Amino acid sequence: MNILDPQGPIGAADKTILIDSLAIMLAIVLPTIVAVFGFAFWFRASNSKARYLPDWAYSGRIELVVWSIPTLTIILLGGVAWIGAHQLDPAKPVEGSGKPLTIQAVSLDWKWLFLYPDQQVATINTLTVPAGVPLRFELTSSSVMNVFFIPQFGSMIYTMNGMATQLNLRADRPGTFGGLSAHFSGDGFSDMHFDVHVVPSEQFSKWAQDASRADKSLDERSYGEIAKPSMKSQPAIYRLADPQLFHSIVTQKLPPSPGFQAGVKGDDLPAGGADAR
Amino acid sequence: MLGKLTWNAVPFDQPIPMAASGVVALAILAVLAWVVIKGHLPYLWREWITSVDHKRIGVMYTLLAMVMLLRGFSDAIMMRAQQSIAFHGQGFLPPEHYDQVFSAHGTIMIFFVAMPFMIGLMNFVVPLQLGVRDVAFPTLNSVGFWLTATGALLVNISLVVGEFARTGWLPYPPLSELAYSPGVGVDYYLWSLEISGIGTLVAGINLVTTVLKIRTRGMNLLRMPMFCWTTLATNLLIVAAFPILTATLAMLLLDRYLGFHFFTNEAGGNVMMFMNLIWAWGHPEVYILVLPAFGIFSEVISTFSGKPLFGYRSMVAATMAICILSFMVWLHHFFTMGAGADVNAIFGIATMIIAVPTGVKVFNWLFTMYGGRVRFQTPLLWSIGFMVTFIIGGMTGVLMAVPPVAFVLHNSLFLVAHFHNVIIGGVLFGAFAGYTYWFPKAFGFKLHEGYGKAAFWCWLIGFYVAFMPLYVLGLLGMTRRMQHYDVPEWRPWLIVAACGAALIMCGIALQIVQLVVSIRQREQLRDETGDPWDGRSLEWATASPPPAFNFAVLPEVSGEDAWWEFKHRANGRSTPDETRYRDIEIPRNSATGFVCAFFATMMGFALIWHIWWMVAAGAVGAFATFVVFAWRDHDEDVIPARDVERIDRRHRARHHPLTGKEIVA
Amino acid sequence: MSTVALTDAHHGSAASREWSGPASKRIVTGYGFWIFILSDMVMFSALFATYAVLLGQTAGGPSGRELFDLRNVAIETGLLLASSFACGLASIAADTRNTTWFQLAMAVTCAFGLGFLFLEVQEFAGLVARGAGPTRSAFLSAFFTLVGCHGLHVSAGILWLLTMMAQVFAKGFRADIQRRILCFALFWHALDIIWIAVFTVVYLIGSAR
Repeated sequence: MNILDPQGPIGAADKTILIDSLAIMLAIVLPTIVAVFGFAFWFRASNSKARYLPDWAYSGRIELVVWSIPTLTIILLGGVAWIGAHQLDPAKPVEGSGKPLTIQAVSLDWKWLFLYPDQQVATINTLTVPAGVPLRFELTSSSVMNVFFIPQFGSMIYTMNGMATQLNLRADRPGTFGGLSAHFSGDGFSDMHFDVHVVPSEQFSKWAQDASRADKSLDERSYGEIAKPSMKSQPAIYRLADPQLFHSIVTQKLPPSPGFQAGVKGDDLPAGGADAR
Repeated sequence: MLGKLTWNAVPFDQPIPMAASGVVALAILAVLAWVVIKGHLPYLWREWITSVDHKRIGVMYTLLAMVMLLRGFSDAIMMRAQQSIAFHGQGFLPPEHYDQVFSAHGTIMIFFVAMPFMIGLMNFVVPLQLGVRDVAFPTLNSVGFWLTATGALLVNISLVVGEFARTGWLPYPPLSELAYSPGVGVDYYLWSLEISGIGTLVAGINLVTTVLKIRTRGMNLLRMPMFCWTTLATNLLIVAAFPILTATLAMLLLDRYLGFHFFTNEAGGNVMMFMNLIWAWGHPEVYILVLPAFGIFSEVISTFSGKPLFGYRSMVAATMAICILSFMVWLHHFFTMGAGADVNAIFGIATMIIAVPTGVKVFNWLFTMYGGRVRFQTPLLWSIGFMVTFIIGGMTGVLMAVPPVAFVLHNSLFLVAHFHNVIIGGVLFGAFAGYTYWFPKAFGFKLHEGYGKAAFWCWLIGFYVAFMPLYVLGLLGMTRRMQHYDVPEWRPWLIVAACGAALIMCGIALQIVQLVVSIRQREQLRDETGDPWDGRSLEWATASPPPAFNFAVLPEVSGEDAWWEFKHRANGRSTPDETRYRDIEIPRNSATGFVCAFFATMMGFALIWHIWWMVAAGAVGAFATFVVFAWRDHDEDVIPARDVERIDRRHRARHHPLTGKEIVA
Repeated sequence: MSTVALTDAHHGSAASREWSGPASKRIVTGYGFWIFILSDMVMFSALFATYAVLLGQTAGGPSGRELFDLRNVAIETGLLLASSFACGLASIAADTRNTTWFQLAMAVTCAFGLGFLFLEVQEFAGLVARGAGPTRSAFLSAFFTLVGCHGLHVSAGILWLLTMMAQVFAKGFRADIQRRILCFALFWHALDIIWIAVFTVVYLIGSAR
């Protein structure tokens, strides 16, 4: 989950900006730290060689430099920020090979539900995506705020009930990577991690076909069961029977999922995946 | 009859809170018993609890902060321990408990350690530096302190009666709404902060008015010590920002208590609005915390370099710039909420702009040391530690102000490392520097230097060992507030961080030892002259500790560094105004603050547990307290001129700080 | 708290370059209270901002256009403005130390203030009875909170008013009581200013939608 080992263009760009910004600032910060130690040591009271300037408290030239250095640095960094914020805005589509894949993510208490509306597949706590294909995420929450984050793919985004956020990513190489929620959402928060399997395109098509014939089916009723609070959910695959499910969640046609009853502690809740009937 | 309160509220089945509460209760009882048996209660009541003297109130604020530091730090040790153990396991703190621990840790550290520490130091020092007798509203000052103490008390009661919030130190909805947090925890949090928020606001109004309207003759604004400027900026921020917190928490209370829909998922509530409102307060809040520390460092660095502060006017401009800019950056706390590129970029740039005046300050401190004679006593060690640590922390902050960087580091341990970097390196180091620097002024003897240095090194090294691994963990993808994890790469760094926390614990232990030893050795450490550090500002013109009236005759000032000027004048007189002693009126003590806080505690507790008759009783009691206070006929005591003269001559009979000769009055 | 030989001279005015020393109690008290009023206005600003954001969130329920009775609002406004006028008279009476006129003017202020509160409570009760209470929608939550917060301030002001009347009755126009009357008057007028913002933003603009 190392963000310094990106697996896609967004993550790579985020990392580049991070390193570049750090380098720009270190150019100022490191000499300043050296100067702190240097001045303090040289002008220590016991050093008779150092000049004592008891009334020296102003210098126009130094003021000019002292205001200019941070200002210039900030102008440079500001440019990086402006360009970077625009180029890497989560809503900006990513280029890639093939037709963009739409994935709808819903954060539940306390697991992730991923809907593939075009493939009629739904999964819990596991994500399979094709390599090199632009991934268009639409995200919402069934209850409280969460953040969807796959560190090695790049940017994260909030999920909130009653609205949909957008995120565009791409994974370049096959492999298995980690994802998690990056915003505390309650007692089961630490379990909200999921595996991301990046597979070649053909393998993905095959996977999607197999998954759309899964035994369990996800519709509004079974969604209601899944949305109840549970911890340590196991990965699961469903057939997505209702392609409008995400829309219903976002528009609150399906009401926000309930919190658990007062007085019930976290680990009294059913562990494991919720079964759909 | 007792609302929701039943015996079930006490967590008899949880050993940790029961043990902790038991220890605390015993300690409190022991102290109380000692006080009562030794007959100190009348003294305590008269000299401290009902005192309206800014010096006393300042000390009490600081004491509150230091005691709460112990509680907040215990939470920190528990968190570090849990995270170093809970790899592929549950650790020793189940989620519902761990969630309270980190929420309490943040809440206590910010609201009941950092804020009271700074307010305490400002309260104690500013009237002395301004050459006046007290703050603008002394009784209100007492009310403010006691209301803050009420908030701290309520948070601590939640440990043993009920629970605390499980939302983090900022109660983001919908998690903090009744549906997802049905217990009393969030209510404890909300009422505690609403009550102590009034106390903070009162301190803000007091100090702004004091700095702007109550200064000695000749003390033009541009002749004030730098600490008074940062006090002004800080308290302007308090007055402008805290009402936003009050309003926002009130809205959440209305949602929870009366079924309103400000931030609920249903009926049109808007959680993003909470984020905006709370951070519109939250960002100025961090500058409220750090600006006084900047002021302390200005004082300490110039005093211990034997030079005036470099670039005074620049510093003033930078301080006021920070004050204003701090209101323009709040969105950088949620770049990842999806506001769009333009909005993100603008707030990112605004955040960077604030780094400019901050950088200017660092350079000016640097050039204050240049050409000086730097004495490496404990306050200066803290300052050097601060400069290096804060530069790094500020840098990581500006780094995360670049939106794409925030997109990968938001809410990670990198963020946690950043804000601890600036709060510990800035605020806490500043607090400790100020504490050491002004301790002799408050109590008449210095703190033991050896233990002070040892504590500093433990804190400094401990800080780096504890928090540099967190930067790495953030880069390795670890997010904050995890109760358990199963990524093996993270584990070694978490263990190192726990070791750092243990080192810091040694630092704290050494500070406690330092205090005990200093009290025992106070005669050897006695400050005879009132000016133990060869200071530059007016507080060092008074005795240590100063008399109730601070200055027998208010000094007349003609430049910056007023005390330094007096000391170095040709004729060697220590104060310009010669002996025109008059009767001095000082405000009378009042139990208003304490009694009001008692009723506030009653109201707060009753509101949390829905004991409505008790709420009404508390409200009536609080109102009655104010009416009783308004009804008093004598609000001032008179110190006769001959007593003033006697006290003052005794101080001036000390050795002259420069010539070593006895002063002939 | 007085200081040696320094009275309320021209403190820091443009006329003198040098700060002449601590300001008088009356000035300090008034200044501090202004700062408090400013902080209160910040709090109201947060509530106004919230109201603006939630204006359209009626959750399928009634909007301002359907709910607001501008005639009632006009009467409320008139009552509040009249009470401010009476308060001004009370201030003058206090300055001239005229107990009778002071108590009379304060009583009139109180009466108008109570009238305002009565109409407001009536409006709220009516809305709740119509199913348009604060729990109906986010818009209504914001409306009730903003307008209600102002009403709470007026209520607190009335309590303060009665206390001041009692104080003057018991102790006359002592210096500290005069300072409190000054603060009360500032508070009362500030509430008026906030009401102007309320009826403009909430009622006038809200009725137009």
